[in-house]
Amino acid sequence: MSLSFRLASRNLFHDRLRFVATIVGIVFSIVLVTVQMGLFLGFERMVTTMIDHAPADLWVVPPGTKCFEDPSLLDERQRFRALSIDGVAGAVPVVIGFALWRMPGGGTTPVFVVGSDIKSAGRHPWNVLEGGLDSLSIPDAVGIDRSYFARLGVNGLGDAAEIRDQKVKVALVTGGIRSFTTTPYVFASLERARGYMGTSPNKATYFLLRLAPGADAANVRSRLQAILSDAEVLTPDEFRHRSRAFWLFGTGAGAALFAGAVLGIIVGTVIVAQTLYSSTKDHLIEFATLRAIGSSGGYIYRVIIYQALISAVIGFILAAGIGVITVAATAETALPIVMTPAPTVGLLLLTVVMCVASAISSIVQVMRIDPAVAFNR
Amino acid sequence: MTDRVIEAVDLVKDLGEGAAQVQALKGVSLALAGGELVLLMGPSGCGKTTLLSVLGCMLSPTRGTVHLLGRSTAGLPPEELARLRRTHVGFVFQSYHLFPTLSAADNVRLALDVRGERAAGAIARAGDALATVGLAGKMKAYPRELSGGEQQRVAIARAIVGNASVILADEPTGALDSANGHAIMTVLAGIARDSARGVLVVTHDPRILSFAHRIVRMEDGRIVGGEDGPAGATPL
Repeated sequence: MSLSFRLASRNLFHDRLRFVATIVGIVFSIVLVTVQMGLFLGFERMVTTMIDHAPADLWVVPPGTKCFEDPSLLDERQRFRALSIDGVAGAVPVVIGFALWRMPGGGTTPVFVVGSDIKSAGRHPWNVLEGGLDSLSIPDAVGIDRSYFARLGVNGLGDAAEIRDQKVKVALVTGGIRSFTTTPYVFASLERARGYMGTSPNKATYFLLRLAPGADAANVRSRLQAILSDAEVLTPDEFRHRSRAFWLFGTGAGAALFAGAVLGIIVGTVIVAQTLYSSTKDHLIEFATLRAIGSSGGYIYRVIIYQALISAVIGFILAAGIGVITVAATAETALPIVMTPAPTVGLLLLTVVMCVASAISSIVQVMRIDPAVAFNR
Repeated sequence: MTDRVIEAVDLVKDLGEGAAQVQALKGVSLALAGGELVLLMGPSGCGKTTLLSVLGCMLSPTRGTVHLLGRSTAGLPPEELARLRRTHVGFVFQSYHLFPTLSAADNVRLALDVRGERAAGAIARAGDALATVGLAGKMKAYPRELSGGEQQRVAIARAIVGNASVILADEPTGALDSANGHAIMTVLAGIARDSARGVLVVTHDPRILSFAHRIVRMEDGRIVGGEDGPAGATPL
């Protein structure tokens, strides 16, 4: 261990109370940023979950569609026009919309119905725990997520309820398909979904296009765009981007999360800067002595930067531990906090940058030291 | 005694600004030769510490020149002055200024570390320096575990470990009892036996006059007299 590192660590640990205050500041800051970032990532993932799990090469959507949950309608003629284009192998209609679920024990709750042709590769449920996709072909059958049983007043397969005065029966149960709007998804066949929402049989919200093997997606898309006068053709990535942009920034939710993260960084930086500054001030005569015995400015800065880095690493480890607990605790909630390796590395870098930036005020203070002070104290 | 290790010519040093400005040094000339122990004496506020700071390249003189081992320090930037200090000057402070969180050996080694000497040999040299001041058995002790005299000896070890040619000591016995003061001066006098090293001691302490080769007296920013010390005639 280098002597400058030893000096830095001993300076830091010498005043335990101040060290604890520094670490608490860093942990508070990083946990706050972690939660905000994790919520952002979780939110970002949830708003595109329906797009992510759809077997589509291209989406035909109503003009101006802002997100998957935007319930405008397309005419079925658009589907046939799409199918007339070389390279389009299939066009599966999907209908979505809000409806009212009447619970068997009384009371109602809004649900978000997703209907798709069961026999085609459409927008079907995934993570199926009980029942099968075919079971949605049974009259009145719907699929719901296990996490919404209590909300929907049911206990599992076979339980009945009503949507728009029509009987529904739970025939399929999924796990982990939750909506960030907290409105439960209800999967149904295309026809019944239209019935639950009063949608005409010749209307659909989206057409999921599958391309023929070897088809040039860009070329097919431009021809589709030319022929479909009252619709837009989007790649899955474009649709995801549009959904994220709407929910995260169009609604202000993303800005709020971002502002929270920035606030966390500022608070953390100020706390670390204040404690480092205070520590440097207390050790000023030692730094003056170092300067007097001929240490370079760089040597002293290194001691201070080491202090910042030690604080950063210890603070980050503790914050990461709390972050892991938080991620686990929210995994089954409506809006889980998501943390992946890349943002974790980013948070470590952020912690280091924050702590080193905090050392600047201390370095400025040390730069002003007159080494002759060592003779006068 | 051999060549001059440090020489100041006609030093003037103004401190403060405007109406508060005072002239701390008013044309001081002083030389220190290798193998010489010089006591700098005078009343408080007469400019002794300011002179020590200028000689130690911590303060730049307003006028006049300082030559360290024959090289003028005039116009050198702060980092170059720091390099001169860590290479050629050893300091002993009245309040020791040891690092409380480092052991005695590490306190001494710090003077080598700032010079970039970090090999295993640095630890051995720190041990040798502590042995020179009679603290071979206290290498792992922390300053709080040492007496005042022992702490001052660690500070001296730190000053000599890098083979500095000039040792500048500010009231090194000021905070010590008679026995410890005598022990410290014995160590400094031992250093001055090396013809390549000169020791300048600022002091008020009449008990240590016997160690001086020469005594220089200051008053009101000027050198007002000097005489040979008792050690000047008899080798220590």
